[in-house]
Order: sequence, then structure tokens, then C-alpha cells
Amino acid sequence: MSMRTERIKTDVLIIGGGTAGCFAAYVIGQKSNKKVLIAEKANIKRSGCLAAGVNALNAYITEGRVPQDYVDYAKKDAHGIVREDLLLTMSERLNHVTKVMEDLGLVILKDEKGKYVARGNRNIKINGENMKPILAKAAAEQENVTVLNHVNITDYKTEKGKITGAVGFSVNEDIFYDIDAEAVLCATGGAAGLYRPNNPGFSRHKMWYPPFNTGAGYAMGLLSGAEMTTFEMRFIALRCKDTIAPTGTIAQGVGARQVNAHGDIYETKYGLTTSQRVYGTVMENREGKGPCYLRTEGISKEQEQDLYKAYLNMAPSQTLKWMEAGKGPSEENVEIEGTEPYIVGGHTASGYWVDNNRATTIEGLYAAGDVAGGCPQKYVTGALAEGEIAAEAILEYLDRKDDEVQNLSEIAAAKKSEYEAHLNAPRSLMNAEQLEEAMQKIMDQYAGGIGTDYRYSETSLAKADEKIAALLPVVDTLAASDTYELMQIYELRERLIVCRAVIAHLAARKETRWHSFGENTDYPEQSEEWMKYVNSRMENGEIRILYRDLITKESADSNTVAKGAGER
Amino acid sequence: MSIRIQKSKCVGCGRCIEACPGNLIKKDKEGKAFIRQVRDCWGCTSCIKECSRDAIRFFLGADVGGRGASMIVSEKPDISTWTVEKPDGTQITIQVNKKDANKY
Repeated sequence: MSMRTERIKTDVLIIGGGTAGCFAAYVIGQKSNKKVLIAEKANIKRSGCLAAGVNALNAYITEGRVPQDYVDYAKKDAHGIVREDLLLTMSERLNHVTKVMEDLGLVILKDEKGKYVARGNRNIKINGENMKPILAKAAAEQENVTVLNHVNITDYKTEKGKITGAVGFSVNEDIFYDIDAEAVLCATGGAAGLYRPNNPGFSRHKMWYPPFNTGAGYAMGLLSGAEMTTFEMRFIALRCKDTIAPTGTIAQGVGARQVNAHGDIYETKYGLTTSQRVYGTVMENREGKGPCYLRTEGISKEQEQDLYKAYLNMAPSQTLKWMEAGKGPSEENVEIEGTEPYIVGGHTASGYWVDNNRATTIEGLYAAGDVAGGCPQKYVTGALAEGEIAAEAILEYLDRKDDEVQNLSEIAAAKKSEYEAHLNAPRSLMNAEQLEEAMQKIMDQYAGGIGTDYRYSETSLAKADEKIAALLPVVDTLAASDTYELMQIYELRERLIVCRAVIAHLAARKETRWHSFGENTDYPEQSEEWMKYVNSRMENGEIRILYRDLITKESADSNTVAKGAGER
Repeated sequence: MSIRIQKSKCVGCGRCIEACPGNLIKKDKEGKAFIRQVRDCWGCTSCIKECSRDAIRFFLGADVGGRGASMIVSEKPDISTWTVEKPDGTQITIQVNKKDANKY
């Protein structure tokens, strides 16, 4: 069997048509006539984090506050390990991108004076069920934007440290795509499915983060030698048990506190940052005081009805669960649990090491949204903001870029043979599903998954790395009967590469900075010495760790692109 | 957490196949939709919103509290009507106005 080749030339290739990717395409469409191609693994209408909808915009500068307040909040929540320069440029655009979304048709709750209604200090209330279809339509309607749905990109093409395009394949047909681009925006999202999930059986994909986000962008970056940052700051969400539905809606919406099995409020004992809320729940359970709950008993029937509707707009499984049980939150507290760890730059700070333009360390390659590092608490609006920043920077880059790089198709030819080798390989005893389970078990037991209450040690991490590294060569031997199975093989490869980086980062940070996000049993305390970034690069198939000084408000000016922030 | 596609109701329009963010739905030899692997569904309900024939039902796996109830949604321009059907045949309907923002 051999694949048919399609070669496409574009000015800008956007890999991943989620929140950041679609918005970047829309911005380029509005501002220029450069040709944009969105390569999307599924279909941009519902792909990415917003598939089921989103309940609120959680990053917004509410009245009386300024962008710097948001930077300060995110910095505190991340215990200092953030890029303040990136946070500020993102925060400055939050309200602008919100307005753009409203103009495109997003419903935002307003008071009688026409002002947005805030939920807490940084959030506004919306109906986000159709946010993704609105955004996808806006992107696709731009005359210079072409959408290539159901195409899975696996590798960049680079030459002399510059990006020249990417390669991939259709998940529906035997077509090989060789794409030449002047600039590339990586917007593939973060990585789920590295660790054994909360529900490992029938509902294995009932997880917080999209199970289809497999860390493709991180893996492609590592394979091309891009610098990455802060993979050790994993994200663990506090969720409604079983359905893994959001808890913030209940906690903030009806003011429900976290209580243990005895009814004691424990959240105040451990602190209120994102990681501390998870940590408190883990600790109460360890001490035999679980299960833990959000105390909702006694809320009004009206509040209950509103919660049913709110969940239908973003996590319908939770409403179905209440219906199925015949008992709503007014009659029964909602049980909560921490999820398996995810790598996601929109919540924590893992991802590409970028400069303020969201340029990565590979010339012509930009990153936005969950795949871009250093800038946590982005949520949806932050991803839009980064999409816009990157789009504008790419347009400037294209203007000043003069030298035509000769695109050799050797990389592409080699890749095509690699795909065909899988499609023609004889079935062996191993398959991608088995290896994925093996990977998740290793990560769970030796690299701080749910099974160990997120704890690991130098010794256990060494074991994890040895075992994960041993799985990688097996991937090369796997057989695919069609390109959908071929995609599963590459998703597995992506996850294994990201796992190796996560393990290396966890081992490199010799402290416990964020409880639960990482419990380093050799170094259980926070240490001033570790107020720095842990970065990495892949060299000859191994992860090399680098350390970099913090970029703060005070040092941001001296750390401009010219002076080495996001140093190339 | 998954979906069940009722073959008798499916007209083979392919909209669910197009919309699934996981590329999980495919057509069989008769041109009807089927899910490749029920365990791979995220539970986002994108396919259910696309299906105008009520051919796709959403249910919770027993491991996350499912006991046989299922849910469909019918979409009008401004109103989504969600209907839960329990194993004993009782139905619960909740309407959500798309012009209303969430209160929480």
C-alpha cells in the first residue's frame, strides 16, 4: 500500500484549529491577505477544549481592576514560577478579545446598565455552549483562510534552524500531506492521557481535558530541538467525582465550601490556590476523613435548576448524573476528587519557551494557547489573546522575511515511508491501546499519578524513565490497518515523548513547589533556591535540562527579545 | 460515558461523523453511522446536537454512576431541549434558552 501525496504551499500554517488557532486565523483574515491554512485533526466546529461548551470567561479584567492585577494573581497562584512579561501582554488584551467574541455572537450576561456581570474578581458570565461553532465559523469565513479538517500533523519540517512547513496525513483516506509554509503557528493544545485516568475502564475518556489532545505540539517541538519550559508544573483539576465536571461553577455560583465526611470545612486549612484546593482534598482522604464534598445541601430549588442548565451548557454528564440518581445538589452534597495530571499551558505554565511575540526558539515557529508555556491561567480568553499576539507577530515576520528557503523534500519523503511502513507492517502482538495502558500505568505508579497521591522520588522517576524509554522502540513496530489507526500510533508516540520530558522536569526541580501538582518525597518543602525556570531541549533523543532566571515585572524590561528573553 | 447510535433511526447524513472531535464515528457498509470504540467517547455531546433524527443517545457508563438512563437534545435556533429518559420510561425535560447566559 502506498499513500497519495498532496503538496500544499501556504504563507501561514496553523496546526490545530481550537481556540487559539481559529482566533489567529480570524485575525490574519481581518488584517491581511496572506494565505492561511488550518490543519485540524478532527473538525474545527467542535474540536479542542470548547467542544461541549464553557461556562464562564475566567480571565477578564473586571471594573476597577487593571491587567497588572491579573498578572499578580496568576503569579501568586503559581508560587512565582511564571513569565510576568507574557502574562502582562496577555492580560492587556483580555477585554478586547472578549468584545470581539461578543460582536461575533457570544452571549454575555449584562446588567440593566449594559455592563458585563462579574462572577468573582476575574470572571464574567456567558452562554458558552456554542462558543466554538461561533469561533470556527468566523475563521472559516475569512477569504484567505483554508481549513483542512481530519488531517493529523505529526512533524515539522525545518532547515538550518528555520521552519519550512510540516507533514501529516488524512485520518480518513490514504493521503500524505507535505505542507510548505513561510511561518507556522502551533496551537495543538496540551496533553491528556499521559497518566492512568480517574475512570480507567469503560469511561476512560471521561476526563477533564480533551482526550484527543495528545501533546502533539510539545512532541513536535521537542523532536525539532525547540526549548520547552516548566513541564514539571502539572495541572490537576479538582472535579465532581465520576463525571469529572467542573467544581468552580458550584463553588463560586452557590458559594459551596469544601467539606470532609464529618462536615468540617477544610479548604481554609490548606489554602485557596488551585493546587492547594486539590492538596487539601488529597490530605483529608489520606487521613481517613474522606470522602470530600462541595457542601450544596440546602441550596434552593431555583439554584438547583440553574445548576442543571449551567452544566448542560458545558458538562451535560453532570446533569444526567443528578437526573439518574433522582437526587439533585440541594438534597445531596457533590462529591469531589482530584484528576490525573495533565500538561497544559493554559492552566499551568508548561509549554514552548516563547518571547513576547509568542515566537518559539525555532525561527518562524510561533505558539499560542495551551501549547505555549510561561503564562498560566490563560483560560479561553487568554488563548484568544495569544492567538492574536502570534497572528500579528507572524504578519510582521512575513514582511521582513526575505530569504527564500529552498524546501527540500527529503524530510517529507522519509516521513512518508515511515507512515507507509506502519500501514504495511504485519500485525504483531502489540498495539497502540496496549502500549497506552502500559504508559499510563508506569506514569501513575512511578511518576506521581493518582495511585500515589501525586508522590514520586528520584528513584521512582528513574524507574519511570527507563520503562517509558523502553516502550518507544516498540512503537516503531506497530501495524495500522488504516490511517485512523496510524493516527493512534502517532498519538502514542507524542505522549511517550512528552512523558519523557515530564519525568526529566519533575526530577530536575528538587523541591515541592506546588502541592499535588508535584509531591517530591525527597524534597517535600518549597525552597527559595528553586525560584527559577526549569527548561529543556531534546538532544540526540535525550532530554537536556537548562535553568533560566525568572523574568519578573522588575526585570521584564531588561529581558526584552533583543536581550534574550525567549533566547534563541 | 458514551453514546449509542440507533441504526434504525440513522439516515446516514454524516453530520455526526463530521462533528466528532475525536474522529470516532464512521459509516458502516449500509451507510449508517457507528462508533468505532464506545470507550473512546469524551461525552461532549457534539454528535447528539448535530443529529436531527434523535438517533444518538448519550448515557453514563456504570463506572461513573450510569444505571440505564439516557439523554437526547433537540436544537431549535434559540432553544435547546434536553430530554432524559429513565429505564422505567419516565422522562424529564429541561429547556435551555441560548440567549440566556449561565447564572453561575
